Amino acid sequence: MTPHILTRSLDRAAATFILIVAALGILIPLSNLLLPQGSMFQVPTYLVALWGKYVCYAILALSIDLIWGYCGILSLGHGAFFALGGYAMGMYLMRQIGSRGVYGNPLLPDFMVFLNYPKLPWYWHGFDMFWFAALMVLLAPGLLAFCFGWLAFRSRVTGVYLSIITQAMTYALLLAFFRNDFGFGGNNGLTDFKDILGFNVQAEGTRCALFLLSCLALIIAFVICRAVVSSKLGKVLIAVRDAESRTRFLGYRVETYKLFVFTLSACMAGVAGALYVPQVGIINPSEFAPGNSIEAVIWVAVGGRGTLIGAALGAVVVNYAKTYFTSGPLAPYWLFMLGAMFILVTLLLPKGIIGTFNSWRDKQRSAAIEADKESAAREDGIGEPNPAE
Amino acid sequence: MFANCIDRFRALFLSILLLSCFVLPAMAGPFEDSVAKFANDEFSDTEDAVGEIASSGNPLASPIISALQDGRLSADPDSKKVFITQPDGKIIDAATGAAVDKLPDNAAAVRLNNRLRRTVDAAVGGLTLMSSDPAKRLSAAQSVLKSHEESMLPTVDSALAKETNKSTRQALAEGRAAIILFKSDASDSDKLDAVAVIKARGDQEALALLTSLDAGQPPLVAKAAASAISSIQSNLALWSTVQNAWYGLSLGSVLLLAAIGLAITFGVMGVINMAHGEMVMLGAYTTFAVQEVIRTSYPGLFDYSLLIALPLAFLVAGGIGVLIERSIIRFLYGRPLETLLATWGLSLVLQQAVRTLFGPTNREVGNPSWMSGAFEVGQITITYNRLWIFCFTLAVFAILLAMLRYTALGLEMRAVTQNRRMAASMGIATSRVDALTFGLGSGIAGIAGVALSQIDNVSPNLGQSYIIDSFMVVVFGGVGNLWGTLVGAFTLGIANKFLEPVAGAVLGKIAILVLIILFIQKRPRGLFALKGRAVEA
Amino acid sequence: MLTQLTHDIATVTRRRALAATAGLVMGLAASSSFSPAQAADDTIKVGILHSLSGTMAISESTLKDTVLFMIDEQNKKGGVMGKKLEAVVVDPASNWPLFAEKARELITKDKVAVVFGCWTSVSRKSVLPVFKELNNILFYPVQYEGEESERNVFYTGAAPNQQAIPAVDYLMKDEKVKRWVLAGTDYVYPRTTNKILEAYLKSKGVAQEDIMINYTPFGHSDWQTIVADIKKFGSAGKKTAVVSTINGDANVPFYKELGNQGIKAKDIPVVAFSVGEEELAGIDAKPLVGHLAAWNYFESIKTPANEKFIKEWQAYTKNPKRTTNDPMEATYIGFNLWVKAVEKVKSTDPDKVIDALPGIETANLTGGTAKVLPNHHITKPVYIGEIKANGQFDVVWKTPAEVAGDAWSKELPDSKDLVGDWVGKKCGNYNTKTSKCLGSGS
Repeated sequence: MTPHILTRSLDRAAATFILIVAALGILIPLSNLLLPQGSMFQVPTYLVALWGKYVCYAILALSIDLIWGYCGILSLGHGAFFALGGYAMGMYLMRQIGSRGVYGNPLLPDFMVFLNYPKLPWYWHGFDMFWFAALMVLLAPGLLAFCFGWLAFRSRVTGVYLSIITQAMTYALLLAFFRNDFGFGGNNGLTDFKDILGFNVQAEGTRCALFLLSCLALIIAFVICRAVVSSKLGKVLIAVRDAESRTRFLGYRVETYKLFVFTLSACMAGVAGALYVPQVGIINPSEFAPGNSIEAVIWVAVGGRGTLIGAALGAVVVNYAKTYFTSGPLAPYWLFMLGAMFILVTLLLPKGIIGTFNSWRDKQRSAAIEADKESAAREDGIGEPNPAE
Repeated sequence: MFANCIDRFRALFLSILLLSCFVLPAMAGPFEDSVAKFANDEFSDTEDAVGEIASSGNPLASPIISALQDGRLSADPDSKKVFITQPDGKIIDAATGAAVDKLPDNAAAVRLNNRLRRTVDAAVGGLTLMSSDPAKRLSAAQSVLKSHEESMLPTVDSALAKETNKSTRQALAEGRAAIILFKSDASDSDKLDAVAVIKARGDQEALALLTSLDAGQPPLVAKAAASAISSIQSNLALWSTVQNAWYGLSLGSVLLLAAIGLAITFGVMGVINMAHGEMVMLGAYTTFAVQEVIRTSYPGLFDYSLLIALPLAFLVAGGIGVLIERSIIRFLYGRPLETLLATWGLSLVLQQAVRTLFGPTNREVGNPSWMSGAFEVGQITITYNRLWIFCFTLAVFAILLAMLRYTALGLEMRAVTQNRRMAASMGIATSRVDALTFGLGSGIAGIAGVALSQIDNVSPNLGQSYIIDSFMVVVFGGVGNLWGTLVGAFTLGIANKFLEPVAGAVLGKIAILVLIILFIQKRPRGLFALKGRAVEA
Repeated sequence: MLTQLTHDIATVTRRRALAATAGLVMGLAASSSFSPAQAADDTIKVGILHSLSGTMAISESTLKDTVLFMIDEQNKKGGVMGKKLEAVVVDPASNWPLFAEKARELITKDKVAVVFGCWTSVSRKSVLPVFKELNNILFYPVQYEGEESERNVFYTGAAPNQQAIPAVDYLMKDEKVKRWVLAGTDYVYPRTTNKILEAYLKSKGVAQEDIMINYTPFGHSDWQTIVADIKKFGSAGKKTAVVSTINGDANVPFYKELGNQGIKAKDIPVVAFSVGEEELAGIDAKPLVGHLAAWNYFESIKTPANEKFIKEWQAYTKNPKRTTNDPMEATYIGFNLWVKAVEKVKSTDPDKVIDALPGIETANLTGGTAKVLPNHHITKPVYIGEIKANGQFDVVWKTPAEVAGDAWSKELPDSKDLVGDWVGKKCGNYNTKTSKCLGSGS
């Protein structure tokens, strides 16, 4: 009885979530483009860009929740995959500038001109083609995650050890990308983008399209995550999370499962990064900062680990709070608010917003069921499909 | 320019010598005029004045020049009078030596720039080579080596004849050799002897002297110099290995100091304490506060400021640690990853609190005199602050180890962390032990802050720069093992310092991080892994 | 699974979700449209875009206070065109994408007339597209690497020819330096400055083996090896100097190590471009006496304007020890230039103000005049100061007159033909050889 209700309610929640994201993805651009400027209900362009950013963060949070919430892999280096995807997109956008850079060099991006690069480094070739860049958005983080995971999971690096070496990974990448000799623009990163697929990145239409795409990507990522966690594979992942050794003794190849989900999650983070870059207009090494990755984990914890919807919600809530607190008279004190929020959520809402909500509702439900079994059973029967399993 | 100005005052020296021979010695005019030039506030005039005064032979010359060197010479631009504030606080008129009650209001210290400082040093060198103070003579003799002015040769020779102090004799001999090396009309055999003396010195400066020797040397001398250069170079290469090892130990001790508190809170208790860096920062700010109080109220105690700060920093950071444990951490035991989130939030709050309280800019924490400067061992320079930090780290480590092993609290800590329930059944107040353990870890982070304030910025960002390195050290060494942390810290420090000259600072650090990642694959639980059932927890 | 999901979407209470979303969107729109409506018409809003938290807060929070102080002073004088100025402070938190987001917020939501802000090139590069797109004005108050001239930005800090090259000239002439260490933090300002200096030194006959270039990461704290290397490099028998473009935080441990390893200014002087009064306030300056810094302003310069400024600043911050520094003076100049331009055209319309600014002059704090050039840089005097034991600087050399800022360095082959001219050519990177405007024209 109870698992049946649980599955059903989660699926209803999933459907609602998809619907809300889809509606946001359509309504915000419509309101921005169709309603006259300055009208009460027109969403200004800067909010479109802002919400575009939140949606990208939500995808990143989903990817973290997939491995942390369902497989127990706490990656404190997921920002690295996000940034790699972002750099792949940034490189495409840089190559689209063409001869419109400040030095008017048709081949080399500006920073290469003033750092005296004689020619384009080999790893920049191909990025003038969108399909190649798009492929790299998936491949670069995916390959890194595959190699890293292959090494780490095979040698059974788990728990905090894994968390700390993922920090080491993102920190090493941060230092590497800071180096100007590395050929990715050093501290300044990649910026001053002009076109994406022939559209001006700053045009309102492009922004709205990017926002819509981000919402779409969020929905797809969510559906993929749901598909993974509700399949048999997902059950094994949860088993790995809860008792890794026992799962291994039962005959499952734990490494393979972990590696698959880790790589999938890295690819999702890469896509999030790729969508993020044209909307914020800059990608630079600070995205690799270890603190950013920790913060992304905190979004998941705030929203509710292992709930997927919670992860997305957490990303939006925390980042909205950040945006809200960093302007106005509270600006000098916003870190107090943010810090206090993290502490209070951990202490008072250990399951996160959605997790707490779910268990509260479950309690209500089971109380209701206890009180009125018959009516519950009748309601249950009406028009509801049987769960898949 | 430099040689030029020496030439100039050599000429002056001669002319004034002549003057003082033929004209009445009591003649005060030129000397007073020279002194008055200090009041013009022009570097070129000051330079002229130094030259003229140094060669005047006037008994006031030496006090004037040394006052200028120490910033005790002041001038009144209106009356063109110049005054010396003597070390005992008395003020005299520089031109006449007459005592003056107090400085005029608009008198300002005579300004120097680097070029002038060198001129003054050279002048002081000439004046103090015969000084009665052996330390002054030594430094004057050493400056001869740097300047190796031909004109100094007679003075050096006469000083050498009188000198009794061994090290000063050595310095004078080396100075003399340097002069002869550059003297165009010195004989080959003299020059060969000089090369041998310089070669025996064998340091960076000797190398500099020999390499800057111009090409027009006799073949014999050139050959000797070349062989001396290569022998010094190979000697120095050997020393540079020793130097890297020392730098590595020193960096390792800094890493260890930063990580040792974390080895307790994270390693022993299993709390992923992201606010650890902020505990270090609190220790550094405690040092700042102590020094502020001392500066304003008890300036005499400045050299003891660190000793006073140590217990205070331990109490402040430890107290805050206990507070944190009681109010936050204790609700989160058994959920290590959630401690990460809460302590991350806490670190943000602490940083901003310090920023609001002390301001966002760096705060000045001074080095006490016993922590400033350096000494030479062979060809390497060891700075006192690094040496003290090294010793201090080892002391902290030893005390902590002894505490865990021999005290009742240490025993209880080990019992609680190994098996909480069993410990509780044996009558140990586990929650009190938890609070004390966390407090101990934080307190040690606090005293690490006292030491780190001596070599790094004291700013709200201080903690952030150590947190990642600290975690690397603890994980590399093996969680839950203090010896692992020790070995881990020194291994990483030394590896870093040997990589740095080869790969550069950034690539070296990246290489270290990659090595850690690979090492963890090989030994997934660090260098010194804990064995037994605790592993699965 | 998927069929299940689609089914759910069909059966879920669609109306409720849709209504909720529509409400959210409307709420979003409404909340954003409130604030401009509240803005009173009798004030002019001025945006302040400096980090108040994170790593850059060390340097930037002072500039936030400076702008607030300038606004306060201006309002005491009756504001601008009879309207009071109103500051809008945001915190970009040392996070570069956040700089762009906050710039957008300031311009579209708060409708500011001008923005004072940014520190480090990356923050400026991050907000540049926003200022171009939304057509507003940014005053950038920090010395930077040049190689830029944008219509919407006014650079009141020094370009390399207003800081780096005069400093090297001084060392060459006055200290007879023959051997050079160019040490910097690995980011674009040191890279570009060192490239310019290297080209310049070579043009003055310095050999390649007499130049040592070294880069370190941000916040580098263990300087033992590098200081030892400098010492070694400096003992080759030729007078050696270090030109330091080491950034902010890394300076304190660097100077501490220098002092402790006994490198005295009279042996190997260090001339720094990013160390000012504010940075020295965090160090015991005694071992550093004689090391140099090149700036366009020093607190110790005695002019009536400067003394008045320092006095009022200390009164405003209620801290009698509060120092002033070069970026503060640049902010002061930028603010006054903007006020003059607004009063000249009697409008805060960015287009009019941008067109009016070139040619406007205002007194700087050191007794000279700052004039806006057609390339949106300004004229500045260059001072070389020696560190004194009290953390202040003693000016040992200055340029006879103000130096005009070059947007494009004449020492670099790729930029020597470029000029920025927003008056005649309406172009930030006009190539004088090909007579063409490249890329970022208006």
